[in-house]
Amino acid sequence: MRFLLRRALFYLVTAWAAITINFMLPRFLPGDPVQAMIARFQGRLSTDAIASLYVLFGLDTKTSMFDQYITYWGNLFKGDLGLSFTYFPTPVSEVIAQSIPWTLALMGVTTIISFVLGTMIGVYAGWKRGSWIDALLPITTFFSAIPYFWLGLIAISVFAVGWGAFPAAGGYEPGLVPSFDWEFISSALYYSVLPALTVLISSIAGWILGMRNMMVTVSSEDYVTVAHAKGLPERRVMLGYAARNAVLPSISGFALSLGFIVGGTLLVEMVFSYPGIGYVLFTGVNAKDYPLMQGIFLIITMAVLVANLLADVVYLMLDPRTRKAA
Amino acid sequence: MKSALNGKTIAGLSIMGFFVLVALVGSWIAPYDPSAMSSDIMTEPSSTHWFGTTQTGQDIFSQVLVGARGVLVVGLVAGAIATALSVLIGVTAGFLGGVADEILSALSNIFLVVPALPLIIIVTSFLPDAGDFLIAFVISATGWAWGARILRAQTLSLRQRDYVEAARATGERTWRLIVFEVMPNLTAIIASSFVGTVIFAVLSVITLSFIGVASVSNWNWGTILFWAQNAQALAQGAWWWFIPAGLCIALLGTALSLINFGIDEYVNPRLRTTAGGSKVKMRVGFTPVLRQEGGRS
Repeated sequence: MRFLLRRALFYLVTAWAAITINFMLPRFLPGDPVQAMIARFQGRLSTDAIASLYVLFGLDTKTSMFDQYITYWGNLFKGDLGLSFTYFPTPVSEVIAQSIPWTLALMGVTTIISFVLGTMIGVYAGWKRGSWIDALLPITTFFSAIPYFWLGLIAISVFAVGWGAFPAAGGYEPGLVPSFDWEFISSALYYSVLPALTVLISSIAGWILGMRNMMVTVSSEDYVTVAHAKGLPERRVMLGYAARNAVLPSISGFALSLGFIVGGTLLVEMVFSYPGIGYVLFTGVNAKDYPLMQGIFLIITMAVLVANLLADVVYLMLDPRTRKAA
Repeated sequence: MKSALNGKTIAGLSIMGFFVLVALVGSWIAPYDPSAMSSDIMTEPSSTHWFGTTQTGQDIFSQVLVGARGVLVVGLVAGAIATALSVLIGVTAGFLGGVADEILSALSNIFLVVPALPLIIIVTSFLPDAGDFLIAFVISATGWAWGARILRAQTLSLRQRDYVEAARATGERTWRLIVFEVMPNLTAIIASSFVGTVIFAVLSVITLSFIGVASVSNWNWGTILFWAQNAQALAQGAWWWFIPAGLCIALLGTALSLINFGIDEYVNPRLRTTAGGSKVKMRVGFTPVLRQEGGRS
């Protein structure tokens, strides 16, 4: 339990740091985004929106930095992330709420599949070191060096434009209304095949490689030799002894590399115009919609922190040593 | 001791050397001005335009050649700054221990967990004029944490070794202990974290250019893809517009990963797939059996 408390405390500190970075960015970086934005939206900004901008970006020189910080936190707790300018006058929190289920469904599921599948292939590749499977390694290296978004572009040109088997953009059939009926869900699944495969292919190589290297290291440990000596079936030694221990660094690696994976998947959404949070970030970046960009950064960070905490719980269940340490 | 230069490293270094050469001389040997428009609009690769042309008749081969420099400059500069930061923070934390270690480790863990790419995108888009060096700086400010973490762990295990204790007993100062006793034994790890950061920086700068956050008038491979995407090259079937730049990115990334595998196998000999003529197989028997590999390849 102490382990979990420590971790939770760390995530709280990280959340505080992320929020504070978010607060400081517009205030300490050179350039004047607010003036530019007000000029661009001349006449379309209500006094309310301008007032919220003042708070968000600290244009209000009358109040001290500390007071601004307090107001900023107050707004955060109310769920007020400001107004989006691309989707004016929708609040940022609403825009994010609409797009986040898409990202969670597509990227969450794909990332987990990629991790599980990659780890299993890695177990086998590490166990059969020196066999034909090692020939796969250079290929996976090549695929992991390709940026996610470029693979997405290729996938679009081959499967959507060239072959025409899959749609090139969007999250569901245009004209359908999002709802929980079969027609909509099947269409959403069909539209998600290409982006999901793109993420899967570019992210799986890392897991295979990491797991293989850990398996190679673990399989020369004494307890594996002993397990062999006892005459246990090979399968049992491989999964129950070697893989069981080799998977631990992979899980802590999963938590740590989540930040990188999220970055890659955001781009896949951009390329496929998938209605998730990455695509919204893309439109926000192009329109210089600062409130929207900052809101998305906060949400992504919080999501990654929660996922990290979950990975810690899994780690705790798999590794008794962390439980004993308390 | 086996040399660090195995097949993978040599392959990686040669590809890398090729791209460095292109980055150095690219803008002189480019047949056309990459921004110059011409009347050859959207032509397929031919003898006059090796990689074809864009919608405005720009020569893509020249763009790829000229663009190599931006990518490599940002990658190497960001890699160097980030590695310096990670050595400074990681080794200090590992060597000093105590409260300093707690604080520095917490700092690097925070930077490790916060998603870097969205942060880089947002910081860069706040900056009014994001040139190559500024971008390199932003990338390195977010990319040092991984190296710092690994270096800290290794330093922790090194600082209690006998030779360090002996040097300490002779009254060496702390900075001398760190620089002359501990650092030389971290060389391989520092090198591998440098290469890893360069990969990260290259992918980041290409991404920034691709989504149009970095200045799109500076040619690099991401800029080419940005214009290709904007002109809907995909829907028009202009494969030559985005294939070369993407392949260059993938090749450069593969080269860097190969160099890193070489370093990894040098540090951890167990990872070598073909370690000379003999190898230890752990499959059968009570003890590891050293068997000569016969006819099997």
